[in-house]
Amino acid sequence: MSRKIITEPMVGARLLLECLRNEGVQVVFGYPGGATLPIYDALYSFPEIQHILVRHEQGAAHMADGYGRATGKVGVCMATSGPGATNLVTGIATAYMDSIPLVAITGQVKRDMIGNDAFQEADVTGICRPVTKHCYLLKAVNQMPRVIKEAFYLARTGRPGPVLIDIPRDIQSDKYTGPLDVDMDLPGYNPRVQADQAQLEAAAEAINSAERPVFYVGGGCVLSGAHRELRAAAERANIPVTTTLMAMGVFPGDHPLSLGMPGMHGTYCANYAMDKCDVMVSLGARFDDRITGKVDTFSVNSRKVHFDIDPTCIGKVVETQFPVVGDVRESLKRVFKHLKTKERKLWLAELREQKQKHPLWYPKDGLRAQHVVERICHFSHGKAIVTTDVGQHQMWTAQFYSFVEPRHFLTSGGLGTMGFGLPAAIGAAVGRPGEDVWCISSDGSIMMKIQELVTARRLKLPIKIGLMNNGHLGMVRQWQEMFWQRHYSHVILNDSPDFVEVAKAFGCYGLRCDKGENVDAAIQEAYKFKDAPVLVDFRVEPEENVYPMVPAGGSLEDTLHYPKGVEVV
Amino acid sequence: MNKPAETGTATATATEAPPAAPPKPKPKRHVISVLVKNVPGLLAQVANLFAARGYNIESLAVGETEDERFSRMTVTVRGEAEIIAALKQGLKRFVNVIKVLDFTGVDHVERDLALVKVNIPAGARQEILELIQVFQGTVVDISLKDIMVVVVGPELKIDTFLNIVRPYGIKEMVRTGRLAMARGSVMEGHESE
Repeated sequence: MSRKIITEPMVGARLLLECLRNEGVQVVFGYPGGATLPIYDALYSFPEIQHILVRHEQGAAHMADGYGRATGKVGVCMATSGPGATNLVTGIATAYMDSIPLVAITGQVKRDMIGNDAFQEADVTGICRPVTKHCYLLKAVNQMPRVIKEAFYLARTGRPGPVLIDIPRDIQSDKYTGPLDVDMDLPGYNPRVQADQAQLEAAAEAINSAERPVFYVGGGCVLSGAHRELRAAAERANIPVTTTLMAMGVFPGDHPLSLGMPGMHGTYCANYAMDKCDVMVSLGARFDDRITGKVDTFSVNSRKVHFDIDPTCIGKVVETQFPVVGDVRESLKRVFKHLKTKERKLWLAELREQKQKHPLWYPKDGLRAQHVVERICHFSHGKAIVTTDVGQHQMWTAQFYSFVEPRHFLTSGGLGTMGFGLPAAIGAAVGRPGEDVWCISSDGSIMMKIQELVTARRLKLPIKIGLMNNGHLGMVRQWQEMFWQRHYSHVILNDSPDFVEVAKAFGCYGLRCDKGENVDAAIQEAYKFKDAPVLVDFRVEPEENVYPMVPAGGSLEDTLHYPKGVEVV
Repeated sequence: MNKPAETGTATATATEAPPAAPPKPKPKRHVISVLVKNVPGLLAQVANLFAARGYNIESLAVGETEDERFSRMTVTVRGEAEIIAALKQGLKRFVNVIKVLDFTGVDHVERDLALVKVNIPAGARQEILELIQVFQGTVVDISLKDIMVVVVGPELKIDTFLNIVRPYGIKEMVRTGRLAMARGSVMEGHESE
């Protein structure tokens, strides 16, 4: 790094931008306000950083998040004090739950006004502390170079996560002279990248001795870029792979060793493997409750090997016999040398049988979201960057879109934030221009952040929105049907606007598809538009459910399969 | 407020207590020492970690260490082993937490300090002074009606002293949080796993 010294007094706002540039920031998603006026004034004459104006700060946070997920870089979002900052919180929490690197910059009222209930004041560091990896409240302009450097370092290293920097307005105008690049001061922060050799060897031995091993792959593999190492290890040792919602694509979905997603709406085969294995190798996964179901009956006969960079994650939910603390990619590289080739014919045959016996299934009549997802996968050759919102369409996308590359499925897994899809798609499209980007959403979720169509339109991003319009909050309706005596309480959305017209009003393209046989034509039509987003309103089956399903707190034997009695074909 | 409440309450609960329900064993007490970077907001962060899980901090002492860049928080909390483990893991995730030590099972020294203002009934002064001497307390202020004492020691010693002087009337009492330090040299092994 160049040790650039600032000799001419520079205002804090300009200094901030210089620091961001020093960190390689090219794009900031934000919304201006009173407490960030000096920063926006500095941006006015700072062409090196592109600022993307959003229409709601939550959108800025999701865009920065989607940008980070798609590119692996640290996304940056910015908002003013008070309401601007509080609007970011959902987006920050979303990134936190999925360990996504993000830096959020907020304006704060002047230092002497803090705590006075000043106009547009909120204690944002206080609010955000539980949902960030770290928070800073700047107290003087000379802290800025160190804090910005630390923030980016914290966001992208170790277990990544969002970092918030709150900058009082008067600091943005204070003058600074001194070095641009300074040393960090983080004595308590030393993430362990290199795993301990003894831990690695013990883990390798456990894997080698296993007759029925399974790889349980999580978002950590995506974050560390371990897809090649994972594939090499799985193929050498013939270990079947289950990929969580956060890990879709890190192992090719069409690979013979791929079992699909485990968990509540996972494939039966993946859950079977998790239940019956003798050694479970968790690679950057965290034994979330949507995976384990009832912990007491979760894979009781297996020994657990857990690779993770976050030691606090290991043994948190299930007892782990073989912890390997370190960067998953580095660890896999090293463990590979110790892995023995083993055929594991019986185990793989057993799983193949389960896969054939219980495939993902849905009726082929009518217009069904599962079919739409399959056809989108077909026409995008499994290579699109797909974002989703939250609910049934999210699960169907995970089930029926066969991802073959990492960083192609962007979804809010941990927090489950409706409204994530569209802004995340914008962030991804900005970060990876020219790529095919789909946002699979629904009539419920899209309304949470539909205003960002403006942003996508202005940027001329050819994002394709596949709207699974079933007239319901489908997932909540499914639970009410199954577990709450069909009390369809506030889940019927029969008052939604005409989404085709809405898209057009935003200057985007709008298409409608209400017949199963027209799905292919609608998707092909959507591919024709290159200069603005296109929304395709798929009028899908209103009362469809997601299967298979392991009810909350259940086990493998509680799996509910698609009730085939209703099959019409 | 000089409220001699301590004397009254003890007897009241003794007589009005409901017929003995089998006493639930209290979860084990843990004294956890947290070495942190000396920055604003960290105390709130630590306190919030406990609050978010519904855990009451029994006592808390915070102060600078031999190195002014760092502070040490000594937290006393009761809880089941798994919960305490989760709390310690949570503490370690904070960027500004440098070290977390649980003194459970470690040979260590604990001290509390109490400032007690004891009522002096007519003719009892000498008697009270003798008691103070037994507990190696220090008289820091005295008037015709009361006497202020500093007592230092492990929790039990302070509790015993308070019980002994309670019949005279405790007008006011403040206690520090618990301070703790391991004996000998603290090795890495003592750090919670």
